Amino acid sequence: MDLNAGIASGELSAEEAAKAYLAVIEATEPKVAAFNEVHAERALERARRTDSRRRSGDDIGPLGGVPVAIKAVLCTQYGKTTCSSKMLANFRAPYTAAAVEKIEEAGAIVLGKTNMDEFAMGSSTENSGFGVTHNPWDLDRVPGGSSGGSAAAVAARQCVAALGSDTGGSIRQPAAFCGVVGLKPTYGRVSRYGLVAYGSSLDQVGPMTRDVTDCALVSRAISGHDPRDSTSLPAEAPDYLASINTPMDGLRVGLPREFYSDALDAEVNQAIHSAAGVFRDAGAEVLEVSLPYSRIDRDAGGNLSSYAVACYYIVAMAEASSNLARYDGVHYGHRTARDVDDIIELYSRSRAEGFGQEVKRRIMLGTYTLSAGYYDAYYNKALKVRRLIKGDFDQAFKVCDIILCPAAPTVAFRIGEKAGDPLTMYLADIYTISVNLAGLPGLSLPCGLSRAGLPIGMQLIGPALSEETVLRAGRMFEKASGVARLKPPMIQGMAAN
Amino acid sequence: MSDKRIDLDTVRHIGRLSRIELTDEEVRTFSGQLAAIIGYFGKLQELNTDNVEPMAHAVELSDVFGDDVPQPSLTPGQALANAPQRDGDFFKVPKVIGDS
Amino acid sequence: MSENTDTVKPVIGMEIHVELDTATKMFCRCRNSFGDPPNTNVCPVCIGMPGVLPVMNRTAVEHSIRVGLALNCRVAGFSKWDRKNYYYPDLPKNYQISQYDLPLSTDGYLDVHLEGGRIKRIGILRAHLEEDAGKNIHDNPAHTAVDLNRAGVPLLEIVSRPDMNTIEEVIAYAQAMHRLVRWLGVSRANMQMGHMRFEPNINLHVARAGRTYKTPIVEVKNLNSFRALRNTVAYEIDRQYQAWLADPEGCSIKKLGKQNRGYDDATERTVFQREKEEAHDYRYLPDPDLVPVVVSEDWQVRLAAGIGELPLARRHRFIESFGLTFKEADALTQDPATGDLLDQAINAGADAKRCVNLLLGRGAAVANERGCAIADIGLEAGQLVELVGMLVAGSINATAADKAFLKMLGTGRSPAEIASQEGLLAVTDSSTLEAWVDQALGDNPQAVSDVRAGGKKQQKALGFLTGQVMRISGGAAPPSEVQRLLKARLNL
Repeated sequence: MDLNAGIASGELSAEEAAKAYLAVIEATEPKVAAFNEVHAERALERARRTDSRRRSGDDIGPLGGVPVAIKAVLCTQYGKTTCSSKMLANFRAPYTAAAVEKIEEAGAIVLGKTNMDEFAMGSSTENSGFGVTHNPWDLDRVPGGSSGGSAAAVAARQCVAALGSDTGGSIRQPAAFCGVVGLKPTYGRVSRYGLVAYGSSLDQVGPMTRDVTDCALVSRAISGHDPRDSTSLPAEAPDYLASINTPMDGLRVGLPREFYSDALDAEVNQAIHSAAGVFRDAGAEVLEVSLPYSRIDRDAGGNLSSYAVACYYIVAMAEASSNLARYDGVHYGHRTARDVDDIIELYSRSRAEGFGQEVKRRIMLGTYTLSAGYYDAYYNKALKVRRLIKGDFDQAFKVCDIILCPAAPTVAFRIGEKAGDPLTMYLADIYTISVNLAGLPGLSLPCGLSRAGLPIGMQLIGPALSEETVLRAGRMFEKASGVARLKPPMIQGMAAN
Repeated sequence: MSDKRIDLDTVRHIGRLSRIELTDEEVRTFSGQLAAIIGYFGKLQELNTDNVEPMAHAVELSDVFGDDVPQPSLTPGQALANAPQRDGDFFKVPKVIGDS
Repeated sequence: MSENTDTVKPVIGMEIHVELDTATKMFCRCRNSFGDPPNTNVCPVCIGMPGVLPVMNRTAVEHSIRVGLALNCRVAGFSKWDRKNYYYPDLPKNYQISQYDLPLSTDGYLDVHLEGGRIKRIGILRAHLEEDAGKNIHDNPAHTAVDLNRAGVPLLEIVSRPDMNTIEEVIAYAQAMHRLVRWLGVSRANMQMGHMRFEPNINLHVARAGRTYKTPIVEVKNLNSFRALRNTVAYEIDRQYQAWLADPEGCSIKKLGKQNRGYDDATERTVFQREKEEAHDYRYLPDPDLVPVVVSEDWQVRLAAGIGELPLARRHRFIESFGLTFKEADALTQDPATGDLLDQAINAGADAKRCVNLLLGRGAAVANERGCAIADIGLEAGQLVELVGMLVAGSINATAADKAFLKMLGTGRSPAEIASQEGLLAVTDSSTLEAWVDQALGDNPQAVSDVRAGGKKQQKALGFLTGQVMRISGGAAPPSEVQRLLKARLNL
């Protein structure tokens, strides 16, 4: 990473870098609103310490001096951990998330907490309890969600990299909407300790960066076994950076036939097929694969229909209804100020006041699907379908090395456009949710711009633990296509960072 | 599965189970929205899942243990730092009847 | 009332909750400790803060498997964790991590000993692990205070089949379980500390005129003493029968199902409890944060090997092989180490009865005083063997042996050495003995006459004289030898 190299060599100081990025934040935040909290003093303090270590000849780490942003869903012992929800507006965690500990251990300078859909529930960041973030490519459009703040911050060059979280596409879709790179690692690759849970069997923390190389670097920094997370994979992560530029001979790229329906925006469809062409021209074999249980249809009424979306939402909402039960106004978080007669009223009022509508909806749906008499029809059924969905990927990866598909069915939509119908919003996740259900790694990276100048994102999916392959393929695409480090018009005038 | 709307009593019941107080308007709005989404969930019934094992985890791990050795705890001050109401070193709630 | 030809059969099952004696909690490494100041053994995990994750306590799982093996259960090769969702202030996550459909152990039994030598087999349906809740404190009338020290402590829930039909069986089962968990070292089962809680399920099958009527099942939660358990069962049997008599058709399990009642210690009765709203919709789901427990054959075998002989089997063996009475055998099988001591001593050749007398006499007295097990009073098997040998040989009498016993505890010293040093050895030198006998005879002419006179007073006088010799000798004379000498002197 250039910045880290520059700081390590003394060419520029970490403090100067931090100041520069804080200045960008100050200049652009009125328009973008990517941050919930900026920790300027702490960042400068840590930057100064980095400089001092460098002067003593100490190793400043692979991310030494690199300014990063952290999604509000990750706990930190400094500042607040809010998940962009009124429910946790004043919560100060007594511990720091593993991924944040690791990124700081690697030397990164955390600038602040970024905006998100409340409790990671949403695909646009419009569900934030603290206001909407604007897509730097077009301020009237959403940055995607739920890691919209992190995506926008990277795109607007407010930081070099950011951490997001992905349960059904919450890193990959906003990365696509904002023209940046985002990776959801294999489930269990990055510790979930300190990641506020939404859908525990689906959640992962991942990096959002300007290019694939930076993504490899940050991934490596945050990955690895953590005994505090029972679902953490025992393996240490390989050095993704070491192999990132190695040519990939005989790469087989699969295109799932079920993904190309009229649900897909024509321009996105074309961009994906062009990307396939880029791989082909670079020597890869492109072939059709099949993911039957992830198919997207239209039903009799003409509505988009996807088993995988139904499966995902049943699982995620059921887990969420249980994960969010702890927010009750007793041990931490928002408590109603009104007089209450009993504990049930305390819970019910506090939660009604602290949660937004989408969160309430999902909790109630989750409660419904788990309630007496419905477990088999919904939740257990969904868990079975989940296995079938995973089975499809296992089959496909027998004949290809990576799968290429869209990261989202459209480019960034306008703020308010999908706010009316929750179901429509859920269906925006059709290309990302299967990957979480199967626990596989998925890389989202820009593959071009629409005619209107909005980023189009493609997705590379690999078998479990194949981040190295996926990242190398992504790098291969960057080099072959020249599509990398896209800059939104609004920052093109700014000094190079 | 019900189609157009989930009846209001059911919505209220779910609200109670979820410990979320709902206004009458919310009950009405949710009754439509939840019905549409639950109806959508019903699609899965079209799939044959006989002899398919449920997949509750995305990792195939087992027997992940911690050793029975004490680690430092929080002080009561730290534990209660975020408590909306406290009674000395206790969390404070309205009177609950009965006990567990 | 019409003439009572009813046959009333109580049908009782019981859930027993056992707090395991681990150093740390079930899913975090806070101390598992009773009586500490409030909220001093808590951490983000057991407070249920955002973003935290549970990590299983290996020792708790092993303890649970040991109990399952000791209860003759089938230990599950594959066992998983589930969330039991309900809202309560002492349950910070508002769900309890427990086990629903795949618990650690199933289908076992515990044999309990009843009056008259009868043994009853009580079926065990399952034993599963879960986490305990914190404590709600109701001291203040205006609000409830919550202490989470206990939240997350490992709890083993053992569920019996409804195989018990009398109060005696229920208490015997409870006591047998109490002894077993302490025997295995998995729980201290201190009732005052709430380490063991009972939840009996009681109903009646009433046979009248060829029909059997079943009353609704009543569950009484959280009884924390044997007394409360006994009172509850006794009261319920009577109450249910009276309630049934008043309405034989309506008071039925078919119509009313299951009910909860509470126990009121002040009145020693059970009381009606308001139905908790949605009390039974726990919305179980597999816990996504915990991976399953796979218990290999190897692991099971290793744990089984560490269990050894169980109390009932050992008690039976002590009776059959060593000729102990039931009471003696029972007293010596309250914990493994005490029986081990007896076994070692007998195996080394010591006389069983004398060992038992020492252990249950002075041994038990010291143990009671110190509040510990007999095995923990500082007595070594070798010392016991030696002392018993001395008693048999007559080189020490009972009183002196008692003194020697006390002196040897915790020192590892040979009793012979102690007896010699402390002058506790029985004097066997005939001239010394005869001199003492002469002295006693000389001092007590009346007694001598009484002996010589014969008749009713003779035995008593002889006993008196024996006692006098013992007194003069300072306890060093062997009583049987004294008696012989006295009889010889008095020409008996």
